[in-house]
Amino acid sequence: MTELSLTAADFERITVERRVQTIARPSLSYWRDAWVRLKANRRALASLYIVIALLFFTVVGPWVWTVDPTAQDLDQLSTPPGADRRAQIVEPYVPWNGVFTAINEPPAETVRATAEIRLAEPASTQAVRLVWAPVLGASGYRVYRNVYDPAPDDAVGLPLAEIYDPRQVSYEDLLDLTPTRYWYSVIATDRNGREAEEYTTLAVDTIRVITAAEAQTRGLVDLESPLSLGDEVRVSFHPLGTDYLGRDMLARLMYGARVSLFIGIIAPFFFVLTGILYGSAAGFIGGRVDQVLMRFADFVVALPFLLFMILFKIAFGIGPGESGVVPMLVALVVLSWPATARLVRGQILQIREEAYIGASQLLGAKTHYLILRHMIPNTVGVVLVTLTFAVPTVIFVEAFLSFIGMGVAPPTPSWGSMCNEGIQTMLNHPHELILPAALISLTVLAFNLLGDGLRDALDSRMRSRE
Amino acid sequence: MYAYALKRLIQGVVTVWFIATATFIAMHSVPGDPLLNERGVNEEIRRNLEERYGLDRPIFDQYLIYMSNMVKGDFGISFTQQNRSVNDIIREHFPVSAALGVLAIVFAGLGGVLWGALTALYRNRLPDVIVMFLVILGISVPSFVIAALSQLALVGLNGFVGFSVLPVAGWGSILHMLIPSLVLGLGTMAFLTRLMRSSMLEIVNADFIRTAYSKGLPPTRVFIKHQLRNAILPVITVLGPAIAAITTGGFVVELVFAIPGLGRFFVQAVQQLDYTVIMGTTVFYGAFLVFMVIAVDLLYGLIDPRVRLK
Repeated sequence: MTELSLTAADFERITVERRVQTIARPSLSYWRDAWVRLKANRRALASLYIVIALLFFTVVGPWVWTVDPTAQDLDQLSTPPGADRRAQIVEPYVPWNGVFTAINEPPAETVRATAEIRLAEPASTQAVRLVWAPVLGASGYRVYRNVYDPAPDDAVGLPLAEIYDPRQVSYEDLLDLTPTRYWYSVIATDRNGREAEEYTTLAVDTIRVITAAEAQTRGLVDLESPLSLGDEVRVSFHPLGTDYLGRDMLARLMYGARVSLFIGIIAPFFFVLTGILYGSAAGFIGGRVDQVLMRFADFVVALPFLLFMILFKIAFGIGPGESGVVPMLVALVVLSWPATARLVRGQILQIREEAYIGASQLLGAKTHYLILRHMIPNTVGVVLVTLTFAVPTVIFVEAFLSFIGMGVAPPTPSWGSMCNEGIQTMLNHPHELILPAALISLTVLAFNLLGDGLRDALDSRMRSRE
Repeated sequence: MYAYALKRLIQGVVTVWFIATATFIAMHSVPGDPLLNERGVNEEIRRNLEERYGLDRPIFDQYLIYMSNMVKGDFGISFTQQNRSVNDIIREHFPVSAALGVLAIVFAGLGGVLWGALTALYRNRLPDVIVMFLVILGISVPSFVIAALSQLALVGLNGFVGFSVLPVAGWGSILHMLIPSLVLGLGTMAFLTRLMRSSMLEIVNADFIRTAYSKGLPPTRVFIKHQLRNAILPVITVLGPAIAAITTGGFVVELVFAIPGLGRFFVQAVQQLDYTVIMGTTVFYGAFLVFMVIAVDLLYGLIDPRVRLK
């Protein structure tokens, strides 16, 4: 028998080639998959950026733009964005005696003639001094001012003065002047005090002026720097203009965003949390408890939501110096939880019957493992979607309540209350309405689109068929 | 069916009772005193006033009186408008709100169904893209902003044309109703359009649609008799919440357009703390909304035989 001497080198490992199914691409976790889907959705991604920008605007904004939102700039009431900031240095105001004629004509029964108006001196925000040619037979004059041309429908505007002395042919307007164009109309009156049918109108462009002392006390220039008449200074800068009380719009929008977004994010967070706890308790315990709990939820759902928000608001009553944010939060949470509770309960009941729960139980999973590993991850997507959709709803509710004066109390700004104030002056100063309204719309739009995107990404059953 | 209706009605009555009680409690926990505004009221007058309004009784008695009056349909007298009963106010101003609301619902319903069907037919093409963009805008812009902007636009239009094409504010003729009700219905219309579109898209590939085509029905007939009629059902389910949205939305629209409806009165009463008017209108609105939702739910059971009400 020959001895075979074999070494390791004589052996060759046979590789068995078996075609097994392999995973071609790395497996994605639920969240990675959702993120990939969200990233593919350009609309959702854009709205995500908008939401981040809004949060940045709200949180960081007031540190960058440090103007006090309650400070009033009385030089600039209702100035639109990008308004001219130049102001001319003038002498302090000197009273004007006016112009009188020597004519002593008895007042006539009717007056036809019109008065030719001119400016006695250049018009400024300090004073507008008008002089007109006397009208024969007039018993007096009436002076009107408007902010647009009265020509088409005789809209002469604000009655400024009624002059009973026919010899007085001048008027000095000191009332609330802003740098803009005014249309002044002077109408002669006859013996019976009736206005003449014809009248003249003069368009006057006022320029912004300020006295040297005032410019210094308001901190527009250094106290040391010499100012001479006719110099130009610049009044303080308001990038988005001011509101009707001269408060900086940008600062107010930032602080208003704090209120609106605070309520818009905190309230949904709390009521969704309440809903999760309530709904999962009902779903887990089941039986009679479930019945009673859900009957109560049905009842709360049946309550008319906005009416009860208003009732809550009245019942809480707001003391001086309070903004009313907390009562609104409480009311929102108390009234809004049932929808989430129903949803979560439904999910829990559904998941409980799934085969993988049974499998998990067969393998010996304990209840807390089931909850942590299966129940929560499988409901969290739906809950997150609900949360995202709740934000715009709550922002709407806040805006609505503030708009009818039932929301946050002034002077605390919120976007809704700013709209409410802006609507009073919208004909002449539309920016006071449009800016907060645009921000509300943008926020609601962004959260809605983000919610759509999240739903498509997180919830495979609710994926919309686009 | 009848058992279900009865159950819902009882539930509704309980809800209304709860609303009434909550309103009563809310009104009585308001800090301050309803007679605080009466200047220079001496003790005697004050006592007379309290007696007149029943404020000198124990609170539970007040509650019983309030409830029994409410059951009788008597909401009391306004605090700020002397000698005007809350019933009068409701009787006078609710029809205005109702007219506005009904027109708004009609606009919203017709518009929603029409636009929804249109976008589903032209899915992912230009009309769909345009309408869905407007829908998202309609959902995102608050009603008071739309109201204010449409008013601005009306002012501009009237100024441009040179005479009053449509009134900017006020009440009286059908012309006054047109723009406010359109504005009021707009948000709901956008919502319904979205709903109608997705429900149409769900049905387009259904078996019975294919059957309808294959048995040779003309497309218009399939569209009207099979697609539209089936797709419209989800729209009817949300009509209840839509009525609620339009009713409360009316507060704002009536305020902006200066329409003498109940909503404007309610907001004014809230601002002036007119207790009886707030209580009366809240309970009235509450009952109205609760029973509207029930009515819509029952209606749904009648329309869709697949839904079993129990």
